[in-house]
Amino acid sequence: MTDLSQNTSGTVPRKHGGSLLEQSPHTKKRNAAETRFKAYGIAAIAAGLLMLAVLVTTIVGKGTGAFQQTFVTLQVDLLEQKLDKKGNRDLADIKKVTTFGYAPIIKGAMTSVVEELGIETGLKAKQLAAILSKDAAAQLREYVIANPDQIGQTVEFRFLASSRVDGYLKGRVTRASIERDKNISPEQLDIVDALAVAGALEKTFNLDFILGADASDARPEAAGIGVAMLGSLSMMLVVLALALPIGVAASIYLEEFAPQNWLTYMIEVNISNLAAVPSIVFGILGLAVFINYMHLPTSAPLVGGLVLTLMTLPTIIISTRAALKAVPPSIRDAALGVGASKMQAVFHHVLPLAAPGILTGTIIGLAQALGETAPLLLIGMVGFIASNAPESLADGLLAPNSAMPAQIYEWAKRADPAFYERAWGGIIILLIFLVTMNTLAVILRRRFERRW
Amino acid sequence: MPTFWLVALLLALSAAGYNGGRRRAIATAAGNVKDLHSLPSYYGYHVALAAFVPSIAALAVWLLAQPVFIETRVSGMIPAEAIPESSSIGLVMSDVRRVAEGLDLAVEQGLLTPREARNASAGAQDLRALMGEVGVALGSKVRPEALSAAQAYRNLSQNGRDAMTAVVALLAIGGFVFAYMRIHKDFRARNVVERAVLALLILAASLAILTTVGIVLSMLFETKNFFGLHSWTDFFFGSTWAPNFRGGSELSILPLLWGTLYISFIALLVAVPVGLFAAIYLSEYASGAVRAFAKPLLEILAGIPTIVYGLFALLTVGPALADLFGKGGLLGVEWMAGATSVLTAGLVMGIMLIPFVSSLSDDIINAVPQAMRDGSLGLGATKSETVRQVVMPAALPGIVGAVLLAASRAIGETMIVVMGAGAIAKFSANPLDSMTTITTRIVSQLTGDTDFASPETLVAFALGLTLFVLTLGLNVLALYIVRTYREQYE
Repeated sequence: MTDLSQNTSGTVPRKHGGSLLEQSPHTKKRNAAETRFKAYGIAAIAAGLLMLAVLVTTIVGKGTGAFQQTFVTLQVDLLEQKLDKKGNRDLADIKKVTTFGYAPIIKGAMTSVVEELGIETGLKAKQLAAILSKDAAAQLREYVIANPDQIGQTVEFRFLASSRVDGYLKGRVTRASIERDKNISPEQLDIVDALAVAGALEKTFNLDFILGADASDARPEAAGIGVAMLGSLSMMLVVLALALPIGVAASIYLEEFAPQNWLTYMIEVNISNLAAVPSIVFGILGLAVFINYMHLPTSAPLVGGLVLTLMTLPTIIISTRAALKAVPPSIRDAALGVGASKMQAVFHHVLPLAAPGILTGTIIGLAQALGETAPLLLIGMVGFIASNAPESLADGLLAPNSAMPAQIYEWAKRADPAFYERAWGGIIILLIFLVTMNTLAVILRRRFERRW
Repeated sequence: MPTFWLVALLLALSAAGYNGGRRRAIATAAGNVKDLHSLPSYYGYHVALAAFVPSIAALAVWLLAQPVFIETRVSGMIPAEAIPESSSIGLVMSDVRRVAEGLDLAVEQGLLTPREARNASAGAQDLRALMGEVGVALGSKVRPEALSAAQAYRNLSQNGRDAMTAVVALLAIGGFVFAYMRIHKDFRARNVVERAVLALLILAASLAILTTVGIVLSMLFETKNFFGLHSWTDFFFGSTWAPNFRGGSELSILPLLWGTLYISFIALLVAVPVGLFAAIYLSEYASGAVRAFAKPLLEILAGIPTIVYGLFALLTVGPALADLFGKGGLLGVEWMAGATSVLTAGLVMGIMLIPFVSSLSDDIINAVPQAMRDGSLGLGATKSETVRQVVMPAALPGIVGAVLLAASRAIGETMIVVMGAGAIAKFSANPLDSMTTITTRIVSQLTGDTDFASPETLVAFALGLTLFVLTLGLNVLALYIVRTYREQYE
């Protein structure tokens, strides 16, 4: 602005013989422009880093809650007249009692703990039991079926609290926010407070989130990412078993043997194009070829692995070729000089020397495949509850399963905000995997990469 | 025999072949390894490869070809009058497959003996209830034609599997014996093995071509079917996207294309200035320490999976924007109806693309020779003048290429728009409106229960092909610009 006023007042920009120590307005202007330009650069970097910081703090801030869960410790009377009316401990009879049959026992346990602690309340037993997760009855039933001899005894149990109670302890649910919530009332929260003071209700680390299975819409507190993790692992096995050998073989051919002809040119153009094809297109390919045409099972990690293999191949080929190229020609010449065939020179000398680079590229490719979601949506790895851990390797490859990113997407789609916490928590686990893999790649590169 | 065991058998056979071939070679040389033409292991590889490679190739081809063969044979058996009015041959075939699968399952679970399954007739038992018991849901009662077709289907696939096992086993054993008999101390095993390995290498490299062909063919095929059911003028030039599974849908790509381009434009509006200035600062101004610190940190943004950005858009950025512009928001304006909008998706996608633009531009700026900068600085230009008037013009083609690549990434991006952009297809200039994109619609048309005979499902393939062509075009254009307008200094 000052420049402008000076110019309008008619001063000549630069007088001959002006002082060197004093900057002319023109120079000042140029220097100001310089400072501004530099500031833009700093602002851009700061903006980028700020985004990263916001992203990381959001993930950590919102996701760590998923690793903790509220549990209620109760003394439960496993009443014989409810669980085993005939009293003969026949497992078939015990199994006939559904989870409904266990509800009165849980109600009884809740009422007695409330009475024991001397808490005054007008709530009915049913509302007291609603503090616990809907999972509690199933948990109890499983225990009784596994230990029928315990019927008639009093056993201590740790039950999951319902997701609203859990949210209340984590600050996600407040007394103000539940005014219209039919699932929980302020009176129930009073009980929760009293139980927490008495130590019967506490928030502890929840291993089931990491290792457990997904749960239905009504039980967000019981949902875990473990089964989806196994699904991801099976897919990665397929990718590793297919993409690594095929990628290395293709790179060896292109780098060491391929003559300069149209076929080589076609292959190279195709590889660079495939690297830029949107991932969802690979999903369409998987749906059309593997599922519609070859009738492979929908939602199977095998199909997911095949699709991700095709997707990661270009990445692996590009990095493997770079690793092969980095091995100096003198190595090949020396091998050929002592009478090795070309094939022997490559397989016995060049390939082992390029191995660290190939491995690094493969790990990065796998990390990329691990986080990929879009193609998995099309081959049906979402939309169902991944509740059973696979029993064997073949089952793990062919039985429907989810994968970590698909599971996260699934949780993000559900209506209950308690699932959002799970989704963020799932992202923390996914990112831990990715960070570990990338760190491993960096360490491998630092340790073993040779400069020639 | 299940395919898994067949493959295991082949592996075992080739392992045995390696051992046997090696021993036989040494035996023919009477224990004197020096008399052999090649190293003993090459004789072993020779037998192993001969036993394994042809048989596994036959297995793969058989597995690919059998479904098509059976499909054509069985669908030929279904008379045209047996296809109900509202249905098509594709639907009937999917029923047939389901019945066949149900019968297989029933046999597997012991509900039917194999003989009963073969002789089951539509009237005798309630097949639908039986299918329900094994977990195969059927829409209606099993019609006699469908049942007989399903029986034929089962027969053919059973025979096919038996024949496949026989052929594969024969090939494996034949290859084994042939290679084993050829072994002699003067046999040039190494040359043969190396030629075979080279062929395998070429095959692996050709997979890239095969994948591209697979992508194009699979989409082209279904797109052709789609245009058989739906007019192509509506697809390319219509103005409404309103899929309706009861028929009479309007499926035009234009509103989707508008949403896609709008979101990509906003993403580039965020990513290009930030990425470009970051690259300029990092390559021209920053000290070594700052560069070593900031560059890897920025590149972390590129390594974060898109699902994370999607969640960030859905649960953080969207609600934050809604708090600002929505009903009862801080600004007191009511411009935003929900959390999903073009701006939500565009902003988050822009963040994702920052490192993409910055690292590509960084490489390009670094490739401009130092002599040009020195010349400019020597004439008295400031650093920023040098960057703007010397470095940038020299790097421009590369930077335009980088921006085009980023645009192609933005157009093909899926998770962020699925979670952040919304589902309403419309032409609107308001960035706070919820809009939808090509990729979002592909996901929504192809997930859940899909029926591959309806235009509402098949349109996804046409959309996918358009997307493929669009991104490919942008990539080729980017390469072309870089190649044609690149300044050659040296």
